[in-house]
Amino acid sequence: MRLPCPCCGDRDIREFTYRGAALARPGEGAGIDRWDDYLHLRDNPAGAVRDLWYHGGGCGAWLVVERDTVTHAVDGARLAAEGL
Amino acid sequence: MRVEGYGLVDRARPVRFSFDGQGHEGFAGDTLASALLAGGMRLMGRSFKYHRPRGVFTCGSEEPSALMTVGDTPNVRATVQEVFAGLEARSQNAWPSLKWDALEVNDLLSPFLGAGFYYKTFMGPHRLWERLFEPVIRRAAGLGALSGARDAARYEKAFAHCDLLVIGAGPAGLMAALVAARSGAEVILADEGARMGGRMLLEDEEVGGLPGTLWADEVLAELAALPNVRLMPRTTVTGAYDHGTYGALERVALHLPDGDAPRECFWRIVARRAVLAAGAIERPIAHPGNDRPGVMLAGAVRGYLHRYGVAAGKRVVVFANNDDAHRTVQDLHAAGVRVAAVVDSRPEVPRDAPWPVHAGAVVAATRGRLGLEAVQVRGAGREIWIEADCLAVSGGWNPALHLTSHMGARPVWNEAIAAFVPLPGAVPGLEAAGAAAGVMDTAGCLADGLRAGKAALKALGRRTKAVSLPEAVAEVGGIDAFWQVQAKGRAWLDLQNDVTTKDVALAAQENFRSVEHMKRYTTQGMATDQGKTSNVTALAVLADATGRSIPATGTTTFRPPYTPVSIAAMGAGALGDGFAPQRFTTSDSAARQRGAPMIEAGLWYRPSYFPAPGEATWREASDREVGMVRQAVGVTDVSTLGKIDVQGRDAGRFLDFVYTGRMSTLKPGRVRYGLMLREDGHVMDDGTAARLNDGHYLITTTTAAAGQVMQHLDFVAQVLRPDLDVSLMSVTEQWAQFAVAGPRALELVNAVTDAEITDAEWPFMSCGAVPVAGVAGRLFRISFSGERGYEIAVPARYGESLWRLLVAQAEMLGGGPYGMEALNVLRIEKGFLTHAELHGRTTAFDLGMQGMLKSEGDFIGKAGAARPGLLADDREQLVGLRPVGAVKQLLAGAHLFEAGAEAVRENSQGYVTSAGYSPTLQSYLGLAFLKGGRARLGETVRMVDHLRSVQTLCEVVAPQVFDAGGGRMRG
Ligand SMILES: [Zn+2]
Repeated sequence: MRLPCPCCGDRDIREFTYRGAALARPGEGAGIDRWDDYLHLRDNPAGAVRDLWYHGGGCGAWLVVERDTVTHAVDGARLAAEGL
Repeated sequence: MRVEGYGLVDRARPVRFSFDGQGHEGFAGDTLASALLAGGMRLMGRSFKYHRPRGVFTCGSEEPSALMTVGDTPNVRATVQEVFAGLEARSQNAWPSLKWDALEVNDLLSPFLGAGFYYKTFMGPHRLWERLFEPVIRRAAGLGALSGARDAARYEKAFAHCDLLVIGAGPAGLMAALVAARSGAEVILADEGARMGGRMLLEDEEVGGLPGTLWADEVLAELAALPNVRLMPRTTVTGAYDHGTYGALERVALHLPDGDAPRECFWRIVARRAVLAAGAIERPIAHPGNDRPGVMLAGAVRGYLHRYGVAAGKRVVVFANNDDAHRTVQDLHAAGVRVAAVVDSRPEVPRDAPWPVHAGAVVAATRGRLGLEAVQVRGAGREIWIEADCLAVSGGWNPALHLTSHMGARPVWNEAIAAFVPLPGAVPGLEAAGAAAGVMDTAGCLADGLRAGKAALKALGRRTKAVSLPEAVAEVGGIDAFWQVQAKGRAWLDLQNDVTTKDVALAAQENFRSVEHMKRYTTQGMATDQGKTSNVTALAVLADATGRSIPATGTTTFRPPYTPVSIAAMGAGALGDGFAPQRFTTSDSAARQRGAPMIEAGLWYRPSYFPAPGEATWREASDREVGMVRQAVGVTDVSTLGKIDVQGRDAGRFLDFVYTGRMSTLKPGRVRYGLMLREDGHVMDDGTAARLNDGHYLITTTTAAAGQVMQHLDFVAQVLRPDLDVSLMSVTEQWAQFAVAGPRALELVNAVTDAEITDAEWPFMSCGAVPVAGVAGRLFRISFSGERGYEIAVPARYGESLWRLLVAQAEMLGGGPYGMEALNVLRIEKGFLTHAELHGRTTAFDLGMQGMLKSEGDFIGKAGAARPGLLADDREQLVGLRPVGAVKQLLAGAHLFEAGAEAVRENSQGYVTSAGYSPTLQSYLGLAFLKGGRARLGETVRMVDHLRSVQTLCEVVAPQVFDAGGGRMRG
C-alpha cells in the first residue's frame, strides 16, 4: 500500500503512522458529550473515510487521506495544515 | 526410465544425490522427482493421516504428495527441487522406513479417523483429550519435522519497481512481456521454473515454425538483451497486495550446495500493471484407489517425458474425460512407451487407435501395496483388471487464477471449460491472460498474451511497437465434466491432507454444507499445497452431495501465499543485531571500554553500571555509584532523552497549549518542569522546557517517548494550531548531553567550561550558552538525582571527548561515571518519575500533580483530565513504600494488599512500579500506585509477588523520601 504525500510523492505505507478519523477538536468549553464523541466514538464505515496519517518516515507532514476501506483505493491526500 | 531422444536435461552432466541414504543419479536439469522416477522409484512419501504410501502426482509446484526433507528443510516439493551434486533428501512421516511404516495401522483405523474426527475428540472428557488424543494425534499426523536447530543459512529480501510485471513465462506471458519490452516499458518477467517457457517445455508443439522450446528461447534471448527487462527465473509470485504490490519468492541458491549466496530472496515488487499468465493446473478424477504411487496427472506424465525424458511407467493406462489427455496417449506411444488402455468417461470417443480404448468407462479400483500394479476398468456392464504401473488421470484443467482472488474476489464458473475463471478487475491493475484466463490452446494463449500486453501498454500511456503473432496449435479439446467414480472404496481428493469423497459427503450429511464449513470440517485444501489439484473437484463432490450446481455451491477464495514462503526469507536480515536498528550515544565506546554492560532503552544502548576492580555484583557497583553522586560527583550520559527545538513568534503560546503548565511566562535563561497530557487526560510525558531566547525554546522528553512526543507536537502544530507561528525540529542526535550531579558538581563543571560558572549567575533551573573547552555549548542547571546538578550539552561530534574529559576530571574529585542502575535508585529516592509511572493509564491527579494543571486557557488534555472518573478519591495514587517486616525486598510488578487480606486479584489495592535498594537510606524503596494512597500514609500494606514468591510488609510513605525539601539540588 502506498500513500501520495503532497510533499514527497507516492511513498510506501511503512513510512506513515495512522491516527484515525480526521475530526475537528472541540473548542474550549465544549460539553462532555462533545468530548466523549471526539475521544471515543467512531463510525467505522465500510466505504469512504477521511483519516489522518503522519509521514514520520518522510517529511513529517500530517495528511488527510481519503480512501475506501472496502476497495483499499486511495483517492488522495493533502496537508492537514490546510484544514481538515 | 529414461527415453532416448527426449528431454531437456543435460545427459553429459550426471549428478549424484541421495534419497533416504541411498545413492541416486540424475542429470543437470532434473528435479528430485524426475530423477527418482527415471530410476524407477515410485514410492516417495507417506500420507498425512493414514500413512498411505504415496508417489509423485504432478510435475509442478502444485505437488501434494512428493514432499521430502532436503538438508534441514522439511516439506520440500520433489517436483520443484532441482538436483545438485551431494543433495541429501529424506522421506517424511514414515517410521521405521518408507517401505515399512508402523503407523500404516492408521489406515486400518480409517473408519474412525474420517472428517471431523479431530473435532469429535473435543467432545469427550477433557482429560482424555489432554492425555490421549492430543499427544497421539500430534505424533501420528503431520508432514516433515523441523530440526529445532537455528537456521544458520543466509536469506535476503529485496524490492523492485516496474511498469509491467508478467507472472509466468509460458506462451501468454512471453508475448505480453515481448510487446511491452519492445515498446520500452520497464518489464519484470517472473517464472517459478528454473527454465522459462512454461508449458512449452512440457509439450511437443511447434510455435512460429520452431519447436516450442526453441521459440521460447529466442524470445527469452531477445528479452535478456534489453536493458528495460529483468528476467526472474525460479521466482514464484506468491501474493497480490494493495496498489500493485506483489510478493515474490526467489529460490536463489536452493539448487546449489550451501555457499555464499542466500538460499532464497523475498521480493516486494511494485508494478504499475501486471499480467497473470500462470497457466493452468490439471485436476484428477476421484476414483477408488487413486492415491497409489504410480497414479499421476496425465499432463504430468506427458511433461516428464518431454521435459526430462522420463517415462513414468512401462505400462500406462490413461483415464480421462477430455481430449487433452489423449495427447498424453499419443506422445507416450510415439516415444515407445506402452499404453495398456485408454479409459474415457465419455461414450463418444474415436476407437480406431493402436491401443485399447474403453469409451464410456471408468477406473473403479486399483491394486498394488507400495505402487500401482493394476487398474480395474468398468464399462459396458463389465469389469476387467488391466496390469499397469502408471495411471495417467485427467479430469480437466483449472486456470491458475489464485492471485486474482488475493484481494477477496471470487472466481466465476465457465461451463464451456468446466472450470472457474478469474473475475475481471478482481485485482486493480492485474489482468489474467492465456490459460490462467481460461484460454486453453497455444495459439489462443499467444494471442491473449499479446492482447494483455497491449492493454497494459495502453493503460501505461505507451505506444505499442508492432509484434507479430507466431503460428501455433489452435485446437481446444473437448471436455465433459466428470468428477467422481461411484464405486466401493475410498476415492481421494486432497492427497496431502488425506481427504476422501466420503469425508466431503459426511460433511454435507452433518450439515457442513457451505464450502467454507466443508473445508474446515474435512481440512480439504488446508495443507501446504492449499488443494491446488483438488479444491474444484471437492467442490463438485460437495455440489453433488447437496444437490446444487457448482456455481450455486460457490468456491473459497484463495489467499496468499500461492506457494509456501519460508519465514526465514520474509524475515531476512531481521535476526540478531538486524532485528531492530541500534542507536549509540557518543560515549558508547568509552563506556564499553570501561566494561560497562549495556542495556537497551528503546533502540538506544545505555550503560547499566561501571564495574570497579573488586566488585563482584552489579549491586556493589550501583551502590558505590549512588554514594559517589550523593557524596562527591557523578557523570552520566543523558543524550538519549528527546530534545526538540521549538522556535517561532508563537513558540511560548504553542508550549502553553501542549504543556499543563505555562511556558510563555518563562524568562529567557530559565528552565521549567512540564507535564504533557494526551487529549484523554492521561499523562503522555514529562520533561523540561528551557527558554534560550525570546522565540527559542529547547524542550526535553523521556527517552522512551521522544518519537511519540515529536509526532504529537507536529500534530498540534499542523492540525490543531496552524494559526501559530512555530517550527519544530528534533535535535536529539545533534547534541551530546551529560548530567553532572553531586555536591562537587560545580567544581567539575568549572573544570571543563571556559567561563566561570557561579551560583549567582546560574541558580537552580537556569540555562544558557556556555563555551566548553573552546566549543559553543549549553548549560542547564537541572537535576534528576536530587543533588546539585548540571547538564552540559555540546554538538554531538565533541561528545566523546567531553565525556572522557568529564570522567577524568570527576575521578580527580572523588567521583566518576554512573549508569542506569544508580540513576534509577537516585530518582526513586527522590520520587521522580519515569515511564514505569507514566505508563499511559495514569493522570496528573494520580501522580499528585493536579496542581500543575493551569486553570486559565485551553491545553491538550484539559477537558479530558477534568472528567469525574479521573478525579475519584479511590483511584490508585502514587505513593512510596518502605519495607517494615522481616522481608526487606521490594519488586516492581508485585501487587499490594491490605495486610490481612487474601492475595487474590479481587483484593488488589495497587501495584509496585519501581523498586530498588537505596544505599543512602540502607533500605529498599519502592514507588507504587495504591487505591486512595495519598490518604493512607503510615498504613501497612502487604506486597505479594506470586511469580517470584516474595511477600513483604511495607509502610506507605510519601514518594519523596530523601531530602524532601529539595535543599540539596537548589544548593
Ligand atoms: Zn511526505
